[in-house]
Amino acid sequence: MSRPEGMRSSRHSLQVKFVPDEDVLKHITDDTGTKVRKEKAQLSVSVKRFVKKLENISDNEAQEILEEKNYVAALGICTQDAVGNGSNISGGEVYSFQTPKRSNKMAELASELAQTPEQNVSPDHSKCPEKMAKTPQNSKLSSSNRVQQTSKKKEFVSTTPYRLRKRLAAPDPYLESESEYSASCSEEEEDEEEQKEVSTIISDQKTPAKTKAASTPPHRNSLAKKRKAQKMGNLVEEYFEAHSSSKVLTSDRTLQKFRKRRLNQQTLYDLLKNAPLAYAAEIRDLNQQHESLFSKWMLQLHLGFNIVLYGLGSKRDLLEKFRTSLLQDSVHLVVNGYFPSITVRSILNSITEEVLDHIGTFRSPLDQLEFITKRFKEDSSLELYVLIHNLDSQMLRGERSQQILAQLSSLPSIYLIASIDHINAPLMWDQAKLSLYNWLWYETTTFSPYVEETSYENSLLVQQSGSLALSSLMHVLHSLTLNARGIFRLLAQHQLEKKDNPSYPGNYSPFLICLGCCCSQQPWVLVCRLHFQQQLSSNSWLSEAHWLSSGTVSDSVKQ
Amino acid sequence: MSTCSVSKGCFVFKPSTKKRRLSDKTGHDFRCPSNDSEDTQLRFVTCQSLWNQIKSETEQIQEDLNKQLLDNLVSFLSRSHSDFQEKTTEWTCRMKFREIPTAALVLGVNVTDHDLTFRGLSDVLQDNITPYVALLEAKDCPGIKNLMQKLMGQLMNCDIDVDSMDDEDCVQVSQNRIRCSMPSLISWYDSVTKKTDSETPSKKRNSSSRHWRSPPVVVIFKDMESFTTKVLQDFIVISSQHIHELPLVLIFGIATSPMIIHRLLPHSVSSLLCIELFQSLSCKEHLSTIIDKLLLTSRFPFKLGEKVLQVLINIFLYHDFSVQNFIKGFQLCIVEHFYSQPLSVLCCHLVDIKKRVYSLSHDQCENIRRLPSFRRYVEKQESGKQIELLTNDSFLKEETQKLLEDLHVYHENYVSILRCLHVFTSSLPKYPLGKQIRELHCACLENRVWETEEYESSLQLARMLNKTDLVTMLQQCVEILIASSGKEFDRAIEKLKEFLTQFQNLEAEASQERDVSVSPQKELQKKTDLYHLQKTLLELKESRRSKKLTKFEMLRFEVVDYIDSLVRRYLVPADNRTLHEIVYFNAAAVLRGHLNAAPRTALHTALNNPHWYLKNQALKCDGGGISNKAPDICIVYKLHLECGRLINLADWLEAFSTVVMAAEEPNADAASSDQVDDVIHARFIRAVSELELLGFIKPSKQKTDHVARLTWGGC
Repeated sequence: MSRPEGMRSSRHSLQVKFVPDEDVLKHITDDTGTKVRKEKAQLSVSVKRFVKKLENISDNEAQEILEEKNYVAALGICTQDAVGNGSNISGGEVYSFQTPKRSNKMAELASELAQTPEQNVSPDHSKCPEKMAKTPQNSKLSSSNRVQQTSKKKEFVSTTPYRLRKRLAAPDPYLESESEYSASCSEEEEDEEEQKEVSTIISDQKTPAKTKAASTPPHRNSLAKKRKAQKMGNLVEEYFEAHSSSKVLTSDRTLQKFRKRRLNQQTLYDLLKNAPLAYAAEIRDLNQQHESLFSKWMLQLHLGFNIVLYGLGSKRDLLEKFRTSLLQDSVHLVVNGYFPSITVRSILNSITEEVLDHIGTFRSPLDQLEFITKRFKEDSSLELYVLIHNLDSQMLRGERSQQILAQLSSLPSIYLIASIDHINAPLMWDQAKLSLYNWLWYETTTFSPYVEETSYENSLLVQQSGSLALSSLMHVLHSLTLNARGIFRLLAQHQLEKKDNPSYPGNYSPFLICLGCCCSQQPWVLVCRLHFQQQLSSNSWLSEAHWLSSGTVSDSVKQ
Repeated sequence: MSTCSVSKGCFVFKPSTKKRRLSDKTGHDFRCPSNDSEDTQLRFVTCQSLWNQIKSETEQIQEDLNKQLLDNLVSFLSRSHSDFQEKTTEWTCRMKFREIPTAALVLGVNVTDHDLTFRGLSDVLQDNITPYVALLEAKDCPGIKNLMQKLMGQLMNCDIDVDSMDDEDCVQVSQNRIRCSMPSLISWYDSVTKKTDSETPSKKRNSSSRHWRSPPVVVIFKDMESFTTKVLQDFIVISSQHIHELPLVLIFGIATSPMIIHRLLPHSVSSLLCIELFQSLSCKEHLSTIIDKLLLTSRFPFKLGEKVLQVLINIFLYHDFSVQNFIKGFQLCIVEHFYSQPLSVLCCHLVDIKKRVYSLSHDQCENIRRLPSFRRYVEKQESGKQIELLTNDSFLKEETQKLLEDLHVYHENYVSILRCLHVFTSSLPKYPLGKQIRELHCACLENRVWETEEYESSLQLARMLNKTDLVTMLQQCVEILIASSGKEFDRAIEKLKEFLTQFQNLEAEASQERDVSVSPQKELQKKTDLYHLQKTLLELKESRRSKKLTKFEMLRFEVVDYIDSLVRRYLVPADNRTLHEIVYFNAAAVLRGHLNAAPRTALHTALNNPHWYLKNQALKCDGGGISNKAPDICIVYKLHLECGRLINLADWLEAFSTVVMAAEEPNADAASSDQVDDVIHARFIRAVSELELLGFIKPSKQKTDHVARLTWGGC
């Protein structure tokens, strides 16, 4: 590691020591206030509770930590697992409060990442030479990056340069071995530091970097308890305070600066297709690991469990592979949850209409579900595999949808295997639904890009070309009778003529206009009115009318 | 057929019928991808039969536990409607007050288990009391109309089931359903009861004899708390108006406390109810029974290791209190064990062991030799036997059989002695070894219990027990040992009985002695002042210190020492036993991963430390940072962590391209390229939309080209 040695020794006010859990606990129980130092990180300890222990941590808080530790220790007995699952990190790291943000921080980090590329890569990969500039400014920055990296696991990431310098200056021989550490400072340095810390936590200030120090609370002697109370009490308030103010300090630059046209979906797709996928071999390895579980999934599905896959990366290909390799001989239903207009009703419809060959409609999804339940209970030979990509998508995450899907999955002869991606996806389910779903969780981190899943998304950066809409429009047009097509054409023209008139209500609700046209004097429209109302009620018309109103399409309609 | 489409989200695939027949026949077993012997089928069958046994056992337990509650409920129901039956004055006077008989059923917070209880309840009711039982759930009844609809639907359907109506009646039912109101319900009830009255007794003798002439209508509210107050109130008020025509009985399923009734219903409404409270067994007791019957028994060959049991218990205690989930976890353990351990074919009942051991293949013998516990065992043998064990399959099989039988005997003894020890430890103050037998069980499985501090302190406490307690405990132990199937306990029983007689002798002696000497304690009871009292107490203390141990104390020490020796002999942790891998399931990590997963942590790890998953040197970073060669999404994620509530896309893109450019062509001057490459732009777009999909950011309209951050921590 190429850390500037001089920086380290220049300051010695702050001591950074590595203190393992046991010692922290011992310290807490003894309450002697002495710092116990220990050399080795206990690698076998699965619980990495990283306690940032300040001198005056209160017993109460310590007790909480102790309890949490015990609890996590009891549950977290997993360490060495064949398939890497990252579950041996305690919640404290993942759900920490950390809002020390500055406007130029991102650029800084970027330059760090860019400038210190190969410092920890083995020599055979050193095709990129070390290019760390030795100017003081730069070295400071790079070392700040270093701390940034090492401090991943602590609760409060430091960002103030002052603090960084201090921390960096401390002789910290243990920092490298494990990032678990406890910072204990002496006297006033510590006070200042702590105040700063409080301020970084509680105030979401985005003052420019160098004026940060000014924001510290003035009173230095505010003591432990007070500070702690402040920390806990204000944390919540300040969070909302910070987020209620509409003022956001970010730079005013826009993407136009780059003088680039917005990419449309197709070019984006082409560009990405040509770009090589990074780490393809490793990703393939990962996928192979997951694929070896297929037969086990099959077994567990048959034993009454349902399977949910989580983890970073698109799980679509994995599920597709599962489907093609094992489900070819059985009835199965694939649901693309990420499809923008998927509904529970459409899922239920495809079960009743296509699987059960039932013709007829149902008053409500609940009735439909009842019907399905009855049919599956009557006929024990009936089996159905349901694969849902993105069970947590916008359209399916609602309470009622989940309830219905859960009830569906609880049927003994329906086997559900689903994937979730959203970080808050598990919040969809309460105990009742969980017990209906009867999940077995499988971590399948694939790192594959979410190609299909994001293709529908109208991202900010993608130009909405309307090509998709246009093609669907063409489909609908072709399905219409000649007469209707003509009427539609007239309507479209009408719409386009009035497009530039801002007071024209049709820009907002094309329906009204369509109806208005129908009701107007033109006699031939009156003839078709009934026909039209029927058409209007259908969904295809709705979306069409919608597309009409959007400017992107209107040009294409003219042709 | 592809499953990508811009117009469709659901795809149904149906194979041809011929193929489907084939797939049905093959069935499913442990078809492992590789390294597997021919035992898979047998293993699967063993697993299934074991699970079925356990399942029926748990159902039996559940039934037994609920029996008391159900009996009480049934008697309550028969009481409540017997009045209506006989049209006594009491009923009429209650009718005047319009009170509806109501049973409040407190079931505990483990809502997911309630279903089973309710199902049992409605079965019992339909068998014994009334065919008219309706189960209502809050999610079906957002309004009073839906409630009535649901109620009538259920009542009339059940009527069809019982009486097997002909077609005309069905039509009538469907007509009725159209206007769901109380009067129509009453008229339906009248018609039904009249019909049963008029029916010839010979025809429906048995069915009508089960029920009373005019059976009550039981309405069960499964989850009382989640019902809207309005709906409940309306229903109660309306039905109380009609109580004299319709013998209605309500049952409230309550998860929290009975207070909720009064919180949900104002006094004017709750006064219309005549509530009786029923308490179901707490889920903890339920779990104890389950553990007692499933784990602490030698009936089932399959055992749980310490960590696995700990995980299951912790999920129960910290997450859901659900016994059903516990059983589900247990099922998963069984499946996992039989799936992953090829030798689990030997995890069977004692009678089958011999046959199965002798039919083992050579590969399986090698598997046995590979077991760590077996290797430890071999190392302890003398060299000649070692060679035999490692080379001779048939010798190995013989030895394996013997060891497995030993293991079985060990279990029988273990359970009995564990129970004996529990008798002692469960009555000690502060319960150093835990109050429940499951805690003791875990402690014993974990390591040698006699080496722990808790055990030491509990022995100390046991040495201070008084005589009556000690005697009752010894008696309990004797009973346990006699009841146990272990054969080695004859001597232990003898010994304990001997202790008991010695205690009795002591008692006789003591009574003689007491006559002779006036004990100092007697003196204390005389009137005395504070000074004298203190003096006497001090003297007493002195004398006690100097005095030799009494006979009782000697005996007490002996008893405790004997128990200690039993513990040391029989409560050896299972890990020390040879071949324990065959019957013990120990993969706690797997179990936890499947039952108590942490999806967010996995995401966090993947984004922060891609090397954890992608074993590439370029990604390796110490200290938790990421290198600039990390996958795009990791870099974008890392950069976005540095932002506040809003993120400027332009800045973000620039930062991203800086990083990526540096990683790709480190020699190029990063500053000069103000223009962003198209490919990098595209990659950035992809990464950002992936973050959007994952829920880290969302588009924002507050400022041009900005997105909002949705998380505000490290993840």
